[in-house]
Amino acid sequence: MRRLAPLVALLALGGCHGQQAVLGGGGRDDALFGGLWQIFLIVTIVFYLVVLAGLTWAVLRRREGGEAVVRTTFYIWVGVVSLTLVGLSIASWLVDRTMNRAAHTGLTVEITAHQWWWDVRYISPGHPDQTLRTSNELHLPVGVPVQVILNSADVIHSFWIPNISGKQDLIPGRNNDIVITPTRVGIYRSQCAEYCGLQHAHMAFDVTIEPLATFQQWWGDGLLPARAPATPEQKAGYAYVTTRECATCHNISGTPATGKVAPDLTHFASRATIGAGTFPMNRGHLYAWLADPQRAKPGNKMPEIGLEPDQLHAVAAYLESLK
Amino acid sequence: MPSPCRASLLIVALLAGGCDQMRNDPRGHPLPETPPLVSTVLSPVRADPRAADYQNNAFQVSNGQLYYHWMNCTGCHSEGGGGIGPSLMDVNWRYGSTMEDVVQSISNGRPNGMPAFGGKMTAAQIWQTAAYVRSLSQHVPQSIRSGRSEGLSVGEPSTLRDPHPYRAVTPKQDEATVK
Repeated sequence: MRRLAPLVALLALGGCHGQQAVLGGGGRDDALFGGLWQIFLIVTIVFYLVVLAGLTWAVLRRREGGEAVVRTTFYIWVGVVSLTLVGLSIASWLVDRTMNRAAHTGLTVEITAHQWWWDVRYISPGHPDQTLRTSNELHLPVGVPVQVILNSADVIHSFWIPNISGKQDLIPGRNNDIVITPTRVGIYRSQCAEYCGLQHAHMAFDVTIEPLATFQQWWGDGLLPARAPATPEQKAGYAYVTTRECATCHNISGTPATGKVAPDLTHFASRATIGAGTFPMNRGHLYAWLADPQRAKPGNKMPEIGLEPDQLHAVAAYLESLK
Repeated sequence: MPSPCRASLLIVALLAGGCDQMRNDPRGHPLPETPPLVSTVLSPVRADPRAADYQNNAFQVSNGQLYYHWMNCTGCHSEGGGGIGPSLMDVNWRYGSTMEDVVQSISNGRPNGMPAFGGKMTAAQIWQTAAYVRSLSQHVPQSIRSGRSEGLSVGEPSTLRDPHPYRAVTPKQDEATVK
């Protein structure tokens, strides 16, 4: 076992740092899941070695022993495997139960997955005017248990913030939910964890864990309508976006753009990524996305509009102003 | 001295003279509800080489199905059976049933309620929607149509469904729903 330890440590190092740490590190249930993961790892390593040893033994000394020996070994093996599997199932069940028991939650977020983006709604019970809709980003207060209600508009997706343990599928026509409690401030990356089509790999979003006061400030700011265009170029962009193809699918609060089938753009430029975690938010990628979305993220539902150069400049300028 | 009968006739005639003022006619002469089928009133649209590419391609048709729902075509045309708008499952359409005609109808709208989607959808989206609309009435080879819709739906695959009229529930069921 002692020799194996460095190996195991090496494997684990892969998930130690960064925005997407597979072994958690930023959630309340990390210790539970980490422990479960270690139990599974050790058990499977032991069994792998036992099987290899048995095979070697069988190859080297195949002529010895009679049927009685084979039969006894077989019964012992079946017994050991069954007992171990039962043990692992119980361990897994216990961890799962513990996670779901966090009944008292301070916040409810509804997430609807689409091919290939995330529609996020913050619910304030009893205050429908406080409902905040955003897309492809999640802000959560640190230390508050959050109930995330999960649904899908098309195929099965899976909600997973690797840094915060816990993973749950989004199934069309069914409300799933999961309770997570972030314990560490930071910006993490969430990634769809169930293959959902062509752009499954580009279906991610940023999760910002922040102190409660900052979170409340962010929620309040999010409820404000979009900023009015200031420069002539932004005004031209506003005119295009709110009257042409963009407004058919996208919503920008406070403007005539009220489409509901595509990501909300009200505070588009305040997000860190474009296209559900596909590109960092900057002017170059914004132009590339607007000019030919099907080249930027093939298969996504945004069509090529065919903007003229001056229209492209105007639309980009307006979108960049939507802080 | 006029008889009471003649006097009342006179009064009725005088009143009838005011009827014209009550005519609600904001658009001048309204178009007949059922104009003659196309090509006699409208000049035929030129054949477009893109038509075949769109209507013989399952991807385009299924994308059209997606837009058919996103753009709320179902609001008036239902799932093809019609309702506020005309049915899309019969063979002959008022404004033509070729790809080019349907694209024109979607882009520029038609009298009596069909809105114009030109500028609100891209040309490709309009062609895709037209291909799907035509597939509802079997103008498009049925092998092209997708059995599975792009959106979520319960019920039978559309390729197995019988084309049925708009009113799918019987009055009895209707009452039950109200209660």
